[in-house]
Amino acid sequence: MLSAEERCEIEAELAHYPQKQAVCIEAMKIIQRHRGWVSDEAIKDLAALLEMTPDEIDGVATFYNLIFRKPVGKHVILLCDSVTCWIMGYDRLRQHLTARLGIQPGETSTDGRFTLLPIVCLGTCDHAPALMIDNDLHRDLDSTKLDEIVTKYR
Amino acid sequence: MEQPLTKNIRPGEEPLDLKAYEQAGGYQATRKALQGMTPAEVTELVKDSNLRGRGGAGFPTAQKWSFVPMGDDAPRRKYLIANADEMEPGTFKDRLLLEGDPHQLLEGMLIGAYAIQAEVAYIFLRWEYKLAAERLTKAIAEAYGAGYLGHNILGSGYGLELHLHVSAGRYMCGEETGLLNALEGKRATPRSKPPFPQTSGLWGKPTIVNNVETLCNLPHIINNGAEWFKGLSHSQDGGTKIYGVSGRVRRPGTWELPMGTTIREILEDHAGGMRDGCKFRGLLPGGASTDFLVEEHLDVKMDFDSVQKAGSRLGTGTMIVLDDQTCPVGMVQNLERFFAQESCGWCTPCRDGLPWTAQILQALEDGRGQPRDLQRLALHTKLLGPGHTFCALAPGAMEPLQSALQYFKEDFEQHIREHRCPWR
Repeated sequence: MLSAEERCEIEAELAHYPQKQAVCIEAMKIIQRHRGWVSDEAIKDLAALLEMTPDEIDGVATFYNLIFRKPVGKHVILLCDSVTCWIMGYDRLRQHLTARLGIQPGETSTDGRFTLLPIVCLGTCDHAPALMIDNDLHRDLDSTKLDEIVTKYR
Repeated sequence: MEQPLTKNIRPGEEPLDLKAYEQAGGYQATRKALQGMTPAEVTELVKDSNLRGRGGAGFPTAQKWSFVPMGDDAPRRKYLIANADEMEPGTFKDRLLLEGDPHQLLEGMLIGAYAIQAEVAYIFLRWEYKLAAERLTKAIAEAYGAGYLGHNILGSGYGLELHLHVSAGRYMCGEETGLLNALEGKRATPRSKPPFPQTSGLWGKPTIVNNVETLCNLPHIINNGAEWFKGLSHSQDGGTKIYGVSGRVRRPGTWELPMGTTIREILEDHAGGMRDGCKFRGLLPGGASTDFLVEEHLDVKMDFDSVQKAGSRLGTGTMIVLDDQTCPVGMVQNLERFFAQESCGWCTPCRDGLPWTAQILQALEDGRGQPRDLQRLALHTKLLGPGHTFCALAPGAMEPLQSALQYFKEDFEQHIREHRCPWR
């Protein structure tokens, strides 16, 4: 069941588009904001609301890398692996982070604190290397700074 | 030197709110256009200014608009979209404009929408630009509150509805027709052209998609005229350009400079040259999908025609510098892996060909390269080049590869000869 709050936020979005289907990406983001991820059940509930089939919605969900169809940790780390960050030391940062968290990209730490995901260029290349944790951007990273940040989010 | 696009931007500070933006001359162009000019006059002025699209392709903006059906018989509603899905690797110029002066973008959109008589506008923003989303949301609310959006703007009889759409990832969304599918709530695969979006775009209606920087130029063209705009430039293309440099230079960053500033001036005077201990080897002039340029090209002017003449593309105008401490094969491997990952899978050459190129390059990096690999890579640059794929993603991916094979051939051969990456 979609919560009253989720339903209310989704319905507010409907006013911005002439067709219900257009809202499905925004709707999944709303659900994800509330629950952390988008479950099969949520897809079915959303399909009923938007007059689509669950398969249609899942087809959209699986295209977009920032819609999570599996549970994620409390904090999601998006580590930029694009070209400028690669030049500026991405490999070392990734090694440092994976060793420290004990997980590889695509995995969630056993304590459920962190999910580590790769991300394409974050558009802050003059301050590479960079990553995002949840909604926060962190730039000009080195291993010391990385340790400080990870500690802060524990 | 005039810097119209960034004159209101103060790094590290909040952007101008509506009142401050108005005090700085903001929304004067809206007044001028909506109250004193016909849509055709606005388009004509933009045509005279030689404004070319700043998203990468450099298509003349007014010409793009000119294909939109006008008059009472035109299909409705019509749409204007600001492409704020800045995802080209190495590109960080629209972020500056979105975070730094959101009202400038809204005003540019108003003028563009008025020129094509669009009823609805969307800003298509990438998810990661959180600060931009926050500031745009505030600016949109202010603009509605002051009557710059909504019905009968400034008593002109013209009305515009404007919404912010925040995306959920994928490079393909930046492609014009992929973006339209994303806005319709579908997978962001590209659409067949023709029909072009100008006649059949969002929900089959006439639609213009313009880059953020392109739109931000419009208020200044309306206020100051076409001759002034052309005078800002060192080349045929009008205006200033927001250039950027990233990589191992002393001062990476963005600068608004006359269109047609040379690579050398941007690299040495503004980015401060290479960091100590690093030597320049080459650069991608405008993002990941442009051809490498090297030492001999440093005096090339950074405008659409000059960079094309040098064998590359201006693209987004944000350069990525390759230094001698960085493996060129590894750099190209990183780029091709990106493109392989971001291929939407719609057409076979791109879906299957890009992973092959990335795998061959990885083999070279791991010391498993074969002499024939260089021919295989060269063949791919032809098979995935223009005319073989559904959209520009794969041809764009081939640009850094084909030019790397040309300029850094010795490095590729060394990987094969020594069965290792010399930089590891």
